Amino acid sequence: MTKTPPDPPQPVAIDVRGLSRTFRVPVHGEGAGEALRYFFARRHKDVVAVDDVSFTIQRGERVGFLGANGAGKTTTLKMLSGLLLPTSGQVRVVGADPFAKAPSFLRRIALVMGNKQQLLWDLPAKETFRLNGAIYDVDDATLKERVDELAAMLDVASLLDQPVRKLSLGERMKCELLASLIHAPEVLFLDEPTLGLDVNAQVAVREFLRRYNDSTGATILLTSHYMADITALCDRVIVIHQGRLVFDGDLRALVHRFELKKELRFELADVVTDAAVNAVVGDGVTHTGSEGRVVRFAVEPAKISATIVRAVTALNPVDVSVTDPPIEDVIARMIRGETGASSPSPSSSSSEQRS
Amino acid sequence: MSGALRRARALFRVGYAYMTEYRAELVLWALANSLSFILMGAWYQAAGRGTFALAPVDVVRYFLAVFVVRQLTVVWVIWEVETQVQGGKLAPQLLQPLDPVWRHFMNHVAERVARLPFSALLVALFFAIYPRAFFVPSPSTIALFVALVTTAFLLRFLVQYTIALLCFWTERASSLEQLNFLLYMFLGGAIAPLDFFPPAVRAVVMWTPFPSMIWLPCRVLLGDVPTIDVVRAVAVLGGWIVFFGIVNRVLWRAGLRRFSAMGA
Repeated sequence: MTKTPPDPPQPVAIDVRGLSRTFRVPVHGEGAGEALRYFFARRHKDVVAVDDVSFTIQRGERVGFLGANGAGKTTTLKMLSGLLLPTSGQVRVVGADPFAKAPSFLRRIALVMGNKQQLLWDLPAKETFRLNGAIYDVDDATLKERVDELAAMLDVASLLDQPVRKLSLGERMKCELLASLIHAPEVLFLDEPTLGLDVNAQVAVREFLRRYNDSTGATILLTSHYMADITALCDRVIVIHQGRLVFDGDLRALVHRFELKKELRFELADVVTDAAVNAVVGDGVTHTGSEGRVVRFAVEPAKISATIVRAVTALNPVDVSVTDPPIEDVIARMIRGETGASSPSPSSSSSEQRS
Repeated sequence: MSGALRRARALFRVGYAYMTEYRAELVLWALANSLSFILMGAWYQAAGRGTFALAPVDVVRYFLAVFVVRQLTVVWVIWEVETQVQGGKLAPQLLQPLDPVWRHFMNHVAERVARLPFSALLVALFFAIYPRAFFVPSPSTIALFVALVTTAFLLRFLVQYTIALLCFWTERASSLEQLNFLLYMFLGGAIAPLDFFPPAVRAVVMWTPFPSMIWLPCRVLLGDVPTIDVVRAVAVLGGWIVFFGIVNRVLWRAGLRRFSAMGA
């Protein structure tokens, strides 16, 4: 048997070492007296948003960046894209210092924020694309080719003549993505790109990002509140909690380690007995709660179909839904060190970290 | 076409398209600068009764020129910058290889072009109502006026943009602009021609940036070039442009280090 040579090491797209960011925020007291005191002598406190975070991402990787609200995800992305100056630590993205904002660097990256828009609100989206084409020095022929291709992938070709204000949230988000990709960035930072979108739009955006990565080899770092975004797109996840990195590794390892289960929620025709509920419980299926005619179970992904079959018999449901566990729950379990593993502190997670 | 020219054209096209979306507001903005006509009435009465440096008809022409100059040099960049910095909308612009100042600048240029027909209409209407004030400047006067009013716009834009950058440190930089606007109106000669100021006061005021923003182009438009020291006034104007240009870049770089990208 012929041994295949090992793949050559991929060049590093993102290199982060000891990255920290502290914000100085004013502290307001309550009441008129405090307001007067605040007028004359403002008090501040330091808030550590990101604390000694290190990781590297190879070119072409799709990495999920997970964390609860306020964990430091967006602050990290802002430092990686050059918007924020780190308090300490080093960042290199495609070999450049992001904060220097060199035009040659800015032409190679894009940051898409789900709740912010670069689209010109009162004008058709195609005006933003033309403007971005001029700003990024994309010639007219290439611009047309890219817009046509991306619009087809995102299924927005028929919307480009309408004023942006007339578009739905999902349509706007797709156009935002398109506008951010006019210059074919090598590194794409996405901050909650599916926030507020309906299920169809979420699926479309995920599929688009996967195809974009496959076709261009771009590096993608994605934050999301939806586990479904991460599981659909990323093989690797980085988890941040209270500014500190608590996990960096394979998504399957995370799922295995923390036995991530789906939530099955049944709405019943009538209230049922505990015995009927217990008939559904089994290996990999636990009852997580009941409220009137609603019963919930935590179920291993492989056992969803069998559980639904048992529930149909035992509970007579009128509706059923399958959802991912909230990210906050996953992280809380990780911090508590559930599953019998040692507590995944930054040091203990080092075994999961990539070199 | 060079990249810079293509960008300028694209920014102008977008700015102009926005202005045509707001065409009704454009008329109101043009009318909002009508303070000159109110002051014209007041000073016309006074000039008819007392001894002033300008005859009544010259007073009328001066304030008409003030109206024209203010139409051509109006600046609102501070409110745009303040909103963008505090609302997080600056962030997407910082991620593009184009200094955000060029977006603001070309927006102003586009607005000026869109506003021009309304302003011209108002001037024509004024001459129809008061034909005694009608005058036709010589081609050389018009050329000098265009150069001066363009430079006056650059200085006014630069001063306000520089004040706007203080919003990286203070939440309401526009409050400072209100003070600046007061000085601009008074020392620029919009409230009263500088010719009415006591000579000693006028000598001091002429070293500030304000006369070159209103009074100087107005007097030039009225054909008073020989009676004023245009060369010195232009040198002062150039000096202030360099000064504010340097301060602006220093504040910009320092501001970006403080920028927390909140709301972005």
